[in-house]
Amino acid sequence: MSDMNTITESEYVQHHMQNWQLNLHTGMFGNGGFWTLDLDTILVSVVLGVFFLAIFCWVSRRVVTGVPGRIQNAVELAVDSVDNTVKESFHGDRSTLAPMALTIFLWVLLMNFMDLLPLDLLPRIFSAVGAPHFRAVPTADLSLTLAMSLVVFALLIFYNFKAKGFFAVAKETMSRPFGWWMLPINVLFRIIDECVKPMSLALRLFGNMFAGELVFILIAMMPWWGQAPLGVVWTLFHVLVISIQAFIFMMLTIVYLSMAQEAH
Amino acid sequence: MDIAQMIAGVQGFTAIAGGLLIGLAAMGTAIGFGVLGGKFLEGVARQPELSPMLMVRMFLMAGLVDAFAAISLAMGLLLMFSKNPFLSAVLEHVTGQ
Repeated sequence: MSDMNTITESEYVQHHMQNWQLNLHTGMFGNGGFWTLDLDTILVSVVLGVFFLAIFCWVSRRVVTGVPGRIQNAVELAVDSVDNTVKESFHGDRSTLAPMALTIFLWVLLMNFMDLLPLDLLPRIFSAVGAPHFRAVPTADLSLTLAMSLVVFALLIFYNFKAKGFFAVAKETMSRPFGWWMLPINVLFRIIDECVKPMSLALRLFGNMFAGELVFILIAMMPWWGQAPLGVVWTLFHVLVISIQAFIFMMLTIVYLSMAQEAH
Repeated sequence: MDIAQMIAGVQGFTAIAGGLLIGLAAMGTAIGFGVLGGKFLEGVARQPELSPMLMVRMFLMAGLVDAFAAISLAMGLLLMFSKNPFLSAVLEHVTGQ
């Protein structure tokens, strides 16, 4: 915040709202419309994903049957609680869904946690390396949340067909909820119903994280006596929001998939 | 003078819009949270043994209620503190002529 004197408030906000982007048309940094990679999002999310997988892999390879260590305890707790949550709402083979739910929960949680790092820490480090802009929170980027929810959407369709078969899905699509004589409306309703799910998943996570980040930016523009109390209050509140949003993303994935699997 | 008035008008309306976005979002969540918490306490009072399950459900719903308010809040704050798209449209028009 030392250069607060030279730039205005809205410039500071905008600087923090811009991703470190790679234009795929030209191979240069910058915005290329649709063909743009958000390098900061990819970098942070991949690093966090590898971090989470490495810890879990490391723990699972050296599991002890006696008194578990601290990390093993935490890992077991996470695995058990997610498995129980899945068991409660998803009836059937959960050998793919439970690990996926665990991955979604912890990955989103870790990515959301980047919001609690000091606001200028990662941007400063990366501006020293040469990145003009850097956004530390991958989930505050719509491309990442939308990508995650599209994966869920694909699984949703897959589970629909896998559990019921093609004809049952077709029959359900055409005859529910109003009966056969309103066939076009039924199909339209079904399409809207299915498409709203990934949209709402993605926009919910994105909106929450974006708002949180924005408030942190606004707090960072205050003088120090305003930053300290407001920062503490918003951080405490945001810890709650972060974990709830990660939990909701996981929970809704499970609920959607169990809805897809069960006949209406 | 004319341009200054125009800019002031746009800024004034933007301020009202931002205030409405933030305020209505807060009001909606407040009402939602109130109803949610009240029902949760009611449920726990009736069946205390269900309270862990209800707590999880309540937090799930709290997150759902919170999401729209957060989106609205972000939009309001963006309008207020970031580059105002309406104002820049006006400025573009003015400088373009």
